[in-house]
Amino acid sequence: MNYLRLLVTSLTGCLLIFGSLDIVNTGDPNSPPSLHVSPRYIEQGFEETAVPNMVTAVLADYRSFDTLGEVTVIFTAAMAVLLILRMRPENES
Amino acid sequence: MITEQQSIIVKTICRLLVPFIQVFGLYVIAHGHSSPGGGFQGGVILASSFILLTIAYGIDEIKRRCSLATVTLMTSSGILLYAGIGMICLLLGANYLDYGVLPLTEPRSIGMLGIEIGVGITVMAVLVSIFYDLISFE
Repeated sequence: MNYLRLLVTSLTGCLLIFGSLDIVNTGDPNSPPSLHVSPRYIEQGFEETAVPNMVTAVLADYRSFDTLGEVTVIFTAAMAVLLILRMRPENES
Repeated sequence: MITEQQSIIVKTICRLLVPFIQVFGLYVIAHGHSSPGGGFQGGVILASSFILLTIAYGIDEIKRRCSLATVTLMTSSGILLYAGIGMICLLLGANYLDYGVLPLTEPRSIGMLGIEIGVGITVMAVLVSIFYDLISFE
């Protein structure tokens, strides 16, 4: 049984290593992720948004819906902690 | 439960530091669109000032100044501000969160500042709320 687990783990590891071989190099200007929308953000970002900080322009303008979701996740975390810790047991004497 | 510190040195140093921490937090939020920073980072800095005050002055004093209900209200009001700016854009005839239609000079920049403020309020209130809950739990 333990040999089976070792086999499954090794196969999964080999699969992940095989998959990682095709990951593009960081900062490669000719890789597919750098050819699609990145040049548009870099070249047109300032004219379109009048914001010099490119990171904020992408986060808060081009992908502001994504940021709204992030804030909602944080809000949900606070609500979960609030519900668990502020709950008073009803049967407590 | 964190109670009030007896040391006058700790209390005085905290009281001196907190205004600078809060002004820096507001600066990080307000300049998020022109320099490194933004709502998340500035909100965390603002929350750290509240946590420092709580360590020095105890939870009862802080709850008297900024009650649990206020913090919980701020938690959701930040998201409301964010979504509200999006709804204003929607009502003015553009897509949701498309700030270009706001009747302002440099509308996208101002719109981003608005949502950064919303993010900052929410992040600060969330961290303070979780901190209050954790240290008040018996």
